[in-house]
Amino acid sequence: MTVLSILWYFLIFLLIAAYFILDGFDLGAGILYPFVAKDEDEKRIVRQSVGPVWDGNEVWLLTAGGALFAAFPTAYATTFSGFYLAIMLVLFSLIVRAVAIEWRRHDYKWHKIWDGCFFIGSLLPALLLGVAVGNIIAGIPLNEHGDYTGLPLIGLITPFTLLCGVLGLGMFISAGAAWLALKAPEDSTLRQRARTVRPIVQTITLVIFVITFVYGVFGIDSYIPATLAVPRFACLIIFLAAMAVGIFVNKRDVWPFILQSVAAAALVFLVPCSMFPDLVVNTAGNPIDIISAASGDLTLAWMTGIACVGVPLVLVYHIISYRIFRGRIDAGKDEAY
Amino acid sequence: MDALFDPVVLSRMQFWLTAAYHYIFVPLSIGIALVVAIVETRYFRHQTPENEAAAKFWVRIFTATFAIGVATGITMEFSFGTNWADYSRYVGNIFGAPLAAEALIAFFLESVFLGILIFGRHRIRRVPYLISAWLVFVGSALSALWIIIANSWMQTPAGAELSSDGSQAILTDFFAAAFNPSTLARYSHVIVAVLLMGAFIALAIAGWYLWKKRHIDFATTTLRVGAVAAIILCALMMVSAHSSALEVSEEQPTKLAMMEGQYEDGAVGLSLFGWVDEENETLYAPLEIEGGTSWLASGDTDTEYEGLNTLSESEQYGELDAEDAPVNFVFQSYHLMIIMFGAIAIITILALIFGIRKTAGTKRWFQWVLIVSPIFPFLAIQAGWATAEYGRQPWVVYPTASSDGSISLLTSDAVSQSVSTPEMIITLVLFILIYLFLIVAWARIVAHLINQGPVLEEAEEATKAPAHKKIPAKADDTDKKDDKKKEAKAKADAKPKDDTGPDTATDDAAQGKGGQS
Repeated sequence: MTVLSILWYFLIFLLIAAYFILDGFDLGAGILYPFVAKDEDEKRIVRQSVGPVWDGNEVWLLTAGGALFAAFPTAYATTFSGFYLAIMLVLFSLIVRAVAIEWRRHDYKWHKIWDGCFFIGSLLPALLLGVAVGNIIAGIPLNEHGDYTGLPLIGLITPFTLLCGVLGLGMFISAGAAWLALKAPEDSTLRQRARTVRPIVQTITLVIFVITFVYGVFGIDSYIPATLAVPRFACLIIFLAAMAVGIFVNKRDVWPFILQSVAAAALVFLVPCSMFPDLVVNTAGNPIDIISAASGDLTLAWMTGIACVGVPLVLVYHIISYRIFRGRIDAGKDEAY
Repeated sequence: MDALFDPVVLSRMQFWLTAAYHYIFVPLSIGIALVVAIVETRYFRHQTPENEAAAKFWVRIFTATFAIGVATGITMEFSFGTNWADYSRYVGNIFGAPLAAEALIAFFLESVFLGILIFGRHRIRRVPYLISAWLVFVGSALSALWIIIANSWMQTPAGAELSSDGSQAILTDFFAAAFNPSTLARYSHVIVAVLLMGAFIALAIAGWYLWKKRHIDFATTTLRVGAVAAIILCALMMVSAHSSALEVSEEQPTKLAMMEGQYEDGAVGLSLFGWVDEENETLYAPLEIEGGTSWLASGDTDTEYEGLNTLSESEQYGELDAEDAPVNFVFQSYHLMIIMFGAIAIITILALIFGIRKTAGTKRWFQWVLIVSPIFPFLAIQAGWATAEYGRQPWVVYPTASSDGSISLLTSDAVSQSVSTPEMIITLVLFILIYLFLIVAWARIVAHLINQGPVLEEAEEATKAPAHKKIPAKADDTDKKDDKKKEAKAKADAKPKDDTGPDTATDDAAQGKGGQS
């Protein structure tokens, strides 16, 4: 286990955390879209709130996927082929969602179709990503070659992984509600609805977390290594505190969003802190861990170099973009064309 | 029928379908990104309402097209893990890094600044807005670079050695791997091709408006700029295509032999068309120039190259079965590409002549040719890619002539073993259905946008306002004639202001916006 491979183990979860926070709110907004936006202008406001940023947000997922491929090819190959149908469902969702967001504006007729694609395309990834994480924690049966040997798709759905899926979904919806409250016009009913929905969803999410956590510790035969007990405990406390405080803070719309983001990051980092050094738990033999999966140090060194150049640039792009599109969306004014 | 249930065949079909489909929209996106950058620059320098309308028109076409390119691109990155798990295990050390770099260096650049391009025109100053337009193009061109690096490494692997247990390729030299023998030749070949695609889309839209006798000024300008760009690109294409072919002749002997249908050793001829009789292992090419390809590749018509029969007996290429190789397919796609380039060059020259003389407006037949002309670069691009990918079979990582062949992987050893045949059939069918749906939707929208045309500010505001605001409900589904009238009116209104300088034009635009909100 080299220093670089440990670094990349955590960097991949950092990329996932960035995805979970950033695309989290726009997937959440997509899930809430049919429920909180009642008329055409409110729908436009929801779309316009994510319009300029969703694509950049989604690239975090591609970056995480690419980084997993480069740094831990074995883990990438095992999970992506093992979760074949689930991954394909996520993929189809992301495809129809991407075109729905861009085409809804240009299409002169198919508004309902694209609204539906935006909703489904947001819902399925939000649910399935949690199921996938649940599976790598709880473990899947792998043969010696590292190939998944369980039932396709159905074999991946257990009470625990479903709980993880719903937990993830709750986090996405909370983030979406916090985002919409932040971006909707000051005195709009859309903002009111988003502000009402958020604490309710957050409370449910917190309850689901507790159930998932208790079930994860006692219900399934999970082995949690003794290492990293302190960061693990810290993540847990930060998550619980941020969620609990977030439920009650609603004076300004920015704090719930920040607290929700902190909670999301803490939740993501709870995973590597509970699994280190494993990447995929194997219920039928040795797990895929850093040692067995990591690429050579030369690859990782180059990846680190690329990341040192690329990540600061990406952060600058994001700052530019979020600064340009800061503030609330105006009612009745379409800025796109 | 058995072949249809073979996981390797199914995975290859799915990859071909998804990659070929993605590769329809990549050239369109990169090509049109350059068009957008150019028209935005024109608008930046001359703030006329016409230039503004043109700029906005191209951004609309671009975003409608870019969306599907992005969406289908995600498939490609995921598919290495989902369908080609053993490939991923073998090459992960090398192949993953360009993919990660592509996302980090290129995707973020294009997607973030695309958001600014679509939504930011009235939020930021004109200089940063223009820079955003160019950054979107740079980002898309960079993403092509990274993916070509990755693909070229599969064609001509370098900078790697086999791990001690023989299970994977380990990176030994990053620059040698990234800039392997074929990277630069193939990148320049691809980028010139996709830009030609963009130029031809511009020519086609110009041809359409000339045919319809609408937006004549816009069409004549577009034709001229498009033709000048295309002629430069055609010249560059000959250089890059030659260097790409040269690389094949040096490093990929089995591909060269398939491209020219050569089973026996000897000098390689040059033909424009022909037919490979795979059973009798003979090539029928009536107009063949003897030793032509040998001369192009080496400068000597007598230079001999090994044919498929000899190559399949060699140690390096022993896995190749000369009797089963898709020789005719590779031969035909390679020659289709060349014939298409001939058509591209002829149309470009005509467009240049008629564009400069400004006589295209009266030549109906030529307008019709322009309208259908994107089919030529489209077919050339698809055929060229098919040549590159089929020509290296049965390998997915090709053992190059200059290497000892230790870094190589057969396509049949690359698939995911955990994915069952029914799963693959399900996803293949779903891909076909979803992709058909997408292309129909895309064609409708782009046709609608082209029909709307480069609408001037005032008319556009009217069409764009939400249906329930001020404007009667029908305004969203703009009637063509209605639109035309409005446009004509707007044009008449705007014309006299042309000479009053840039400030008035922006103020006007700002007022137009303000009045609406």
